[in-house]
Amino acid sequence: MPQMTMRDALNQALHQEMERDERVIVLGEDVSGGAGGTSGEREASGGIFGVTKGLLPRFGAGRVIDTPISESAIVGAAGGAALAGLRPVAELMFADFVGVCMDQIYNQIAKFRYMFGGKSRCPVVIRMAMGAGMNMGPQHSQSIYALMTAVPGLKVVVPSNAYDAKGLLIEAIRDDDPVVFLEHKALYPRKGEVPEKPYTVPFGEAALVREGEHVTVVAIARMVPFAERAIDALAKEGITCDLIDPRTTSPLDFDTIVESVEGTGRLVVVDESPPRCSLAADIAATVAERAFGRLKAPIAQVTPPHTPVPFAPALERAYVPGPPRIEAAIRHVLKVS
Amino acid sequence: MSDSARLDGTRLLRAYRQMKLIREFEERLHVEIATGEIPGFTHLYAGQEAVAVGVCEQLGDADYIVSTHRGHGHCIAKGCDVGGMMKEIYGRRDGLCHGKGGSMHIADIDKGMLGANAIVGGGPPLAVGAAIACKLRGGGHVSVAFGGDGSANQGTVFEAMNMAVVLQVPAIFVFENNGYSEHTGCDYAVGSKDLTARARGFGLVAECVDGADFHAVYDAMGRAVERARAGGGPSAIEARITRFYGHFEGDPQKYRARDEVARHRETMDCLKRFRERMRAGGELAEAQLDAVDAEVLALIERIVADAKAAPPPVEADLYTDVYIHY
Repeated sequence: MPQMTMRDALNQALHQEMERDERVIVLGEDVSGGAGGTSGEREASGGIFGVTKGLLPRFGAGRVIDTPISESAIVGAAGGAALAGLRPVAELMFADFVGVCMDQIYNQIAKFRYMFGGKSRCPVVIRMAMGAGMNMGPQHSQSIYALMTAVPGLKVVVPSNAYDAKGLLIEAIRDDDPVVFLEHKALYPRKGEVPEKPYTVPFGEAALVREGEHVTVVAIARMVPFAERAIDALAKEGITCDLIDPRTTSPLDFDTIVESVEGTGRLVVVDESPPRCSLAADIAATVAERAFGRLKAPIAQVTPPHTPVPFAPALERAYVPGPPRIEAAIRHVLKVS
Repeated sequence: MSDSARLDGTRLLRAYRQMKLIREFEERLHVEIATGEIPGFTHLYAGQEAVAVGVCEQLGDADYIVSTHRGHGHCIAKGCDVGGMMKEIYGRRDGLCHGKGGSMHIADIDKGMLGANAIVGGGPPLAVGAAIACKLRGGGHVSVAFGGDGSANQGTVFEAMNMAVVLQVPAIFVFENNGYSEHTGCDYAVGSKDLTARARGFGLVAECVDGADFHAVYDAMGRAVERARAGGGPSAIEARITRFYGHFEGDPQKYRARDEVARHRETMDCLKRFRERMRAGGELAEAQLDAVDAEVLALIERIVADAKAAPPPVEADLYTDVYIHY
């Protein structure tokens, strides 16, 4: 099976879905780039992270639409086009930019089907690059899945690897509900085995990345490879863990998590978003509610501090939960009983 | 181009009936809301009927509109079922949105009505998207964003106008300038005082019309639709108009001069103006218009009675239609 980066896997998914279904369009800032420039070169960009490269030459400017820097109009246009029968994939560039188009996401597209009494379909995908680790500072580094997961009507996808990224994006494009698709920018170069043919990964089904008996670890997006490193290091000492990657935070596969904790009795949740009202808190609360009697130790939440994402590399390294903190948390829940 | 001089008696009578239906729908709601039987927050369209009807008489079911919090008139003009609307406003289970939207969220996708919208400025970006779909499909259809003078100050509307111009999509922005952004005068809140010039500044072809004159709105819309269908890109129409009631029902309207509404009802009533024009031109007889009035009043009577008698939603409805699959 070919090895492919997450960036290329996403790019392949877009190509294949645009090929398969002419209702699929792509719109956003610099999705091709170059329009109106002095060089005359179109596709001067192909997306800030290169995910939409090659789409303009293949599918043309009617379906690959470079927009002004107008996030409300981008998301709103995607929503309106979806109501009118297209299947738009909007790119928001950085997830932090939800701040300028939140109304279109959470008051408009998320609510149409419910407030119109089930008579509308809004099959829009909003792709955004999220996450810290590239020194992009407080307004370009946030992990916003908790914010999006809190909104009824949205589905939220957080792939951790190339295989899932392709299958989940194809699933998102074919899904009839609005989907927020969050791509961790530090994972774009991460390689994995990716089948050439189109395939889907279903929403709401967690992946069991490692199997073990002592501790259940739940990790999201970039925290998954970090947790793998921590868990693999501990395996040499005979400590083994279940590692669960939810892959989507809405819907969230609570059953797999609870089932695992019923076996291990211990839970560590690793989350790159700030700790208050977070996915970590959400998962911890649900496990406490559903499996309280099976817990042998308090649940540990590994998260950044309640601060913005800092710029300076030394500070950002301290902010992001890395393998050492995950390892320490696993050791901690094993000590307490 | 479809101009008003070519409208035959049937079309003129239909336009009059649509305006009358909106007027009586709203007048009756004004009375019923005062009884306390209608839940929530309602914004009446009475006074602005010629705008919705003048615009929508140029459209078909395959054209799209997005509406506003003051949306009943747009819904009726675009062909939404008035019985379903009345039930929706009463919060009934078989309302147009099964009682989950209410007055501010009435939609009927099959009629090209993409929803009333309770967020001022929320709709225009959606209309640009529908216009993208129209352009891509190539069927010559158009998308209309209704908004008020209040929405004209929202950044989302600026973004939508600019994007429509950049992408050259068949979008038409209709600004119903009724003089008030909620409880604040347009002369205060619109810095440049001129919405038409503002739209032109975005690169739109824009014109200003008397919103109480059905024929003027219809003709301006005809020019905009023709331009859009021919691939000439987006337009804007500012319709100067008044509202006969407050921002919402129950608004004491302390911001309006005591005689303002009475004066406007005398001079800016689109129904009176339409009747006078028919009388002068002889296209329709008084008796024909009177018959429409009687038929509309009977219809309103019936749909209000039906809405009152209709059952509310059941608790299980709370959980449905959040997602298609979850």
